[in-house]
Amino acid sequence: MSAVADTHSQEHHHGPAKGISRWLLTTNHKDIGSMYLIFSFAMFLLGGSMAMVIRAELFQPGLQIVQPEFFNQMTTMHGLIMVFGAVMPAFVGLANWMLPLMVGAPDMALPRMNNWSFWLLPCAFLILVSTLFMQGGAPNFGWTFYAPLSTTYGPPSTTFFIFAVHIMGVSSIMGAINVIATILNMRAPGMTLMKMPLFVWTWLITAFLLIAVMPVLAGVVTMMLMDINFGTSFFDASGGGDPVLFQHVFWFFGHPEVYIMILPAFGAISHIVSAFSRKPLFGYASMVYAVGAIALLSFIVWAHHMFTVGIPLAGQLFFMYATMLIAVPTGVKVFNWVTTMFRGSLSFEAPMLFAVAFIILFTIGGFSGLMLAIAPADFQYHDTYFVVAHFHYVLVPGAIFGIFASAYFWLPKWTGHMYDETLAKTHFWLSFIGMNLAFFPMHFLGLAGMPRRIPDYALQFTDFNMISSIGAFMFGATQLLFLFIVVKCVRGGEKAPAKPWDGAEGLEWTVPSPAPYHTFSTPPDVK
Amino acid sequence: MSVHAKRAVALAAGLSSPAVVMADWTMNMSPGVTGTSNQIFSLHMTILWICVAIGVVVFGVMFWSIFAHRKSQGAKPANFHENTVVEILWTIIPFAILVAMAIPATATLVEMYDTTESDVDIKITGYQWRWQYEYINEDFGYFSSLSTPRDQIENRQAKGENYLLEVDNPLVIPVGKKVRFLLTANDVIHSWWVPEFGVKKDAIPGFINETWTRVDEPGIYRGQCTELCGKDHGFMPVVVEAVPEEEYNAWVAGQREAAEKERQLTEKDWTMDELMARGEKAYQTACAACHQADGSGMPPAFPALKGSPIATGEMDAHIDIVVNGKSGTAMQAFGNQLSEVDLAAVITYERNAWGNNTGDMVTPKEIFDYKNQE
Repeated sequence: MSAVADTHSQEHHHGPAKGISRWLLTTNHKDIGSMYLIFSFAMFLLGGSMAMVIRAELFQPGLQIVQPEFFNQMTTMHGLIMVFGAVMPAFVGLANWMLPLMVGAPDMALPRMNNWSFWLLPCAFLILVSTLFMQGGAPNFGWTFYAPLSTTYGPPSTTFFIFAVHIMGVSSIMGAINVIATILNMRAPGMTLMKMPLFVWTWLITAFLLIAVMPVLAGVVTMMLMDINFGTSFFDASGGGDPVLFQHVFWFFGHPEVYIMILPAFGAISHIVSAFSRKPLFGYASMVYAVGAIALLSFIVWAHHMFTVGIPLAGQLFFMYATMLIAVPTGVKVFNWVTTMFRGSLSFEAPMLFAVAFIILFTIGGFSGLMLAIAPADFQYHDTYFVVAHFHYVLVPGAIFGIFASAYFWLPKWTGHMYDETLAKTHFWLSFIGMNLAFFPMHFLGLAGMPRRIPDYALQFTDFNMISSIGAFMFGATQLLFLFIVVKCVRGGEKAPAKPWDGAEGLEWTVPSPAPYHTFSTPPDVK
Repeated sequence: MSVHAKRAVALAAGLSSPAVVMADWTMNMSPGVTGTSNQIFSLHMTILWICVAIGVVVFGVMFWSIFAHRKSQGAKPANFHENTVVEILWTIIPFAILVAMAIPATATLVEMYDTTESDVDIKITGYQWRWQYEYINEDFGYFSSLSTPRDQIENRQAKGENYLLEVDNPLVIPVGKKVRFLLTANDVIHSWWVPEFGVKKDAIPGFINETWTRVDEPGIYRGQCTELCGKDHGFMPVVVEAVPEEEYNAWVAGQREAAEKERQLTEKDWTMDELMARGEKAYQTACAACHQADGSGMPPAFPALKGSPIATGEMDAHIDIVVNGKSGTAMQAFGNQLSEVDLAAVITYERNAWGNNTGDMVTPKEIFDYKNQE
């Protein structure tokens, strides 16, 4: 008995276990964070390669490379994988790595659940991706899977898709519970709520959003499951059901979901802009309130995705006004970031480049969002490439640039090495140019009348589609460079000091680089 | 670059994409041809310029900081990080701008929702993957399907000017009249959009949505389905012909007459060859999208008809599935979509084409009786 206890205590206080069991059984927030980040990058490449298929088919009018059935599977899987496989897990990975370091905790509050919520994800995506090889193909009804296209008219693999969504939901909810438990219970003495770093704040609010809406998603897919396999008619009009009900329930999840994908980036960007401006963040308190306001408003704007379904005039007006209101707190955040930069002492390392691009391009995505909020005009924009341009502007230079900025910002802390700054800047500029080439012309395509989710198009859309495809290939290929930069940084490079950025603030910079396997075994004091 | 090389490049570009020759760089929304579309256009331009103005100010401050406050230029950071007055100002000013924007938007929306006092009512039904137009006060209706040849889509033939935006039977409306559209769908959700009218509305199974337009200029206006509705979502365009009133009335009279003739066809005695010929045509428009022109289908969603137990088995079962569809699958009820003649022709065709040589034949009369006995 005592022998067991001895080895146990040894394992606990030294480095990680050896071999595969380190990764399978780990409860260490840093290991789990790394696994989340690696998984999300793998999904980013997979979802991205599907986007390449889409853009290759759309390079010219006519059907060249894929047939419409497969094209629809690509658009659907691209959306699902990017949302649930790439962006969300990346932020959970950042949360795992950084939240304990930022609040001075030794680990996440619920480490075993942390392990489980990660390992559910590869299972869910194995199921989802396997549908591509099933008879009848993968889900082909768009990432929004509107009924009855996804129920009565869906492929046989839809049931597997539903199961995969359930597992992802379980994983997300457990991740969110863990984040809330960690932030509320494990902050270092002296760190009051209003002293928390903004990344911690934005993640706390995001976690509440997740807990509120992931069960709604689970509910809507369960109703689909019933309709498909057990003869109910929730969404089948011929059985007394309501196809529009699906959209209400889906978007009640779906709108907060888009903020789930952006709020953590808001937090990270706030740290980065302040660090590289060498100046404290302007309006910390108003930033916190703005994020809270955005989160609350996100629950009462869902029907702006449904302006054309025929909701009554009063409903239309309500959702238009509520949606326009979101521009106010979002504007406050942008003004605060710009004012943080104003009269700072700016330098432009890779994290700052991505952060500045984030502010500019996310704001452009916000502008098109404001245009879409104007209900009468939305009748022209709805379901065209204008919408595709809009949400790619908030998600690519928003969520994804936010993740890149965070990765470069904290890589020295994670690996103990500085990344290759020249390569990272190349990565930025190629991504920046590629991304704008790919997505800016989509505004024009949408305004000129090109619907989204079509595999072939009328001739007047040819030129901008070609430009867009070239930009997309450029953006896609550039991401392999990011992989190279990270691998190079993990394997070696200039030694990173504990605090590699002179303007950075926060507890994470008080521990050595790389952060030891166990940190803050005794909590630090926060003044 | 040598002349030859230049020619080769030009030729390659011209061959690979005929559209490069007719380059089109339309970047903005069209103001359209109706009052609604013009109002939408002016809302669109207003909000766009507001965004541009805000962008110029915000990005202006940002770029000023980027150029003037660089560390490499020796900038020393200030230390301010709070100012309540500024925070309140940049909450209130955007709010005021939004209120100013909401007022005209509300007015336009109220007008768009006013479907009363229409002169012409047309019911539009979305099908996978075509539109049905029914003139509900005139007792006739028809389907409108893509007319772009398959060869153009598969790149075996040069693409025509209205590639993917052309149909066999366009919707015809009179100019200067308020036309009300009643939209629904037979299978999945579709969305009917004509950008030049500023009209887009979802067609939802089990619901009837309303919208309207008044077109003052005669012409041909083109649009597309804008709600993902399955594999041929990109191949169900909308074409509307707006014609002067006299021309419209003459057209309506012609359509009514043709509809009457079609009804009389049910009474006629049909031969096998006539049914096969008509059946092949009807099969191409109504069935081939799923079951394929050669009857091979796309299993498992769309089973093959060639050698299938239904198409070569009991006649009654075959008629039943075509007329009533099969619930829980993509097989629609064609009983109300096709005339008795077309139903009889299609069923006869399916039982005798592609080596299904059953020798069976069903007449329009028999279909009529079958429908009425139910």
